[in-house]
Amino acid sequence: MSCLQTIQDYGLRSIGIGERLLPRNDFTLCEQFTLIGSGMIWNIYFGIMALVTGYFLATALAMGKASTNKWLRKPAEWFIFLFRGSPLFIQFFFAYFFFLSLKQSYPFLDALTSAWLGALIVLFFNTAAYSGEIFYGALRSIPKGDIEAADAYGMTGWARFRRIVWPTMLRLAWPAYTNEAIFLFHATTLVFFSAFPVWQQRGDALYYAGYFADKTFNPFIPYPILAFYFILLTLVVIWSFGRVNKHLNRHLPAEKRSKMKLKLNLAR
Amino acid sequence: MRPCQSKRPAIFSFCTDPETLGTFRWFSCYLTNGVHWVFYLSFFKVLLLLAITAPVALGFGFLGAMAARSHFLPLSLLGKGYIAVVRGVPDIAFFMFFVIALDQAFEWTRHQILCPEWTDPIRQGNDFIVCQAAKLPLGTAPEWVHETYGFFLAVITFSIVFGAFAANVLFGGMRAVPRAQLETAEAYGMTRRQTFWRILVPQMWVYALPGLSNLWMVLIKATPLLFLLGIEDIVYWARELGGYKNPKFTQYPHGDWRMWYFLALLVFYLGMTRVSEIGLERLMRRLSHGQATSGGELLRKETTA
Repeated sequence: MSCLQTIQDYGLRSIGIGERLLPRNDFTLCEQFTLIGSGMIWNIYFGIMALVTGYFLATALAMGKASTNKWLRKPAEWFIFLFRGSPLFIQFFFAYFFFLSLKQSYPFLDALTSAWLGALIVLFFNTAAYSGEIFYGALRSIPKGDIEAADAYGMTGWARFRRIVWPTMLRLAWPAYTNEAIFLFHATTLVFFSAFPVWQQRGDALYYAGYFADKTFNPFIPYPILAFYFILLTLVVIWSFGRVNKHLNRHLPAEKRSKMKLKLNLAR
Repeated sequence: MRPCQSKRPAIFSFCTDPETLGTFRWFSCYLTNGVHWVFYLSFFKVLLLLAITAPVALGFGFLGAMAARSHFLPLSLLGKGYIAVVRGVPDIAFFMFFVIALDQAFEWTRHQILCPEWTDPIRQGNDFIVCQAAKLPLGTAPEWVHETYGFFLAVITFSIVFGAFAANVLFGGMRAVPRAQLETAEAYGMTRRQTFWRILVPQMWVYALPGLSNLWMVLIKATPLLFLLGIEDIVYWARELGGYKNPKFTQYPHGDWRMWYFLALLVFYLGMTRVSEIGLERLMRRLSHGQATSGGELLRKETTA
């Protein structure tokens, strides 16, 4: 079987299109590359969806945590502590069994126990908490002069937030936020290894890598392939976040617009 | 279900017939039965893993950072590669890779030493075959040897992965030490080795501590991954004990309580995080005392005000 044929059969296997049965023996390199790559669809789906939705909640959480109102600050602080202070792996387990018991009382919540929604909700909350903390830190380091200047111009409330606070917050937070995005993509591999079931062997990249390692008892091929894909993904994330960073800093004089230094702090 | 349900006698005398008990007494019996003691013991497994892994990973990290700083190109590439690859790939993938890879590496080495007359290839298709004497642990070994060996593999795996993280942090810490300090050392005629051990190493810790405390938090939160390495840890037992229990097979039948067990684990980890946060804050305060950093400056103002 040619490699092109394999790609046609298994390229979209992880979302249920193509050959039903997974290869059982005589695994070729092409099959491993194709299936693990096909699993990456799930990792990218989880990562992008959680990032996009989590971004808004993160902004709200940061504003809440920085608020002087106790009723806004306390819930935001607790939310961030809850999700940053416990392992994502345990959060997945807890959420799955929680959704399972919800489903028994309200059958229409069926979708929550499947990974595409249930795990996404957990990742959404999780990344919102981590990025919320990053944004909060950035909010606190906005130069005082910027806010005073906005006040002097008579800007208040929404206008001040949208034009001054928010862009500056993003600019300051961006390197750390890039790091968070990288870690979020890494964290998506946990989904199918926690409680969420893999339906009809439609798993993510690590699921297929684990499948091959199990079948061949040889970890030296599938896991490096997985590593290759993830390093590629990490580079794409760094590149695209770098583009946004350039955009955020476009008003600065050229020598100040130093290239985003990726201080790879351990965000998680 | 494990047969050890009744290995240990119940500690409360009224536990002989749980069906007759009220809610509170039922729970006090249920939570102290044999399997639950195994569950509580598994929490110590997690703490033991942390206690062993943290110093070993720090050691690996130190070696990695030293290698990355080296002037000998292959060594420096090795160190930098070690840091970069582990950073770029999900840690869980490393866990799953190293557990099999280390096991096979050990068995392969033993095979080469113990069975030199063996001529068949070790990898036959989808099988990995070594001679009986090279098996680790030996097929005849008792259960606890198997468990300890599994735990040992897990510790090495954790140390390798977290060693790379620590190497990254320590490498940054070493570079943060002011250049003038090293130049002064050179001016005094110290060799590279002396400069490293006498000037660089004692000073780098203050710069590395924020990163290292972050790393400790990450390490705590990575401990549930032990479950994926086949260790009977808290996650394993929470799943096992929380599942539906049929009245036919157990004295303490109950529905699906896994949600509550995992809630308990969540609370356990939140507590660990909180305690570590407080402890690390104290440590940082102590280390910043009298330092020419903004943290030290803050401390000075506090005491003089």
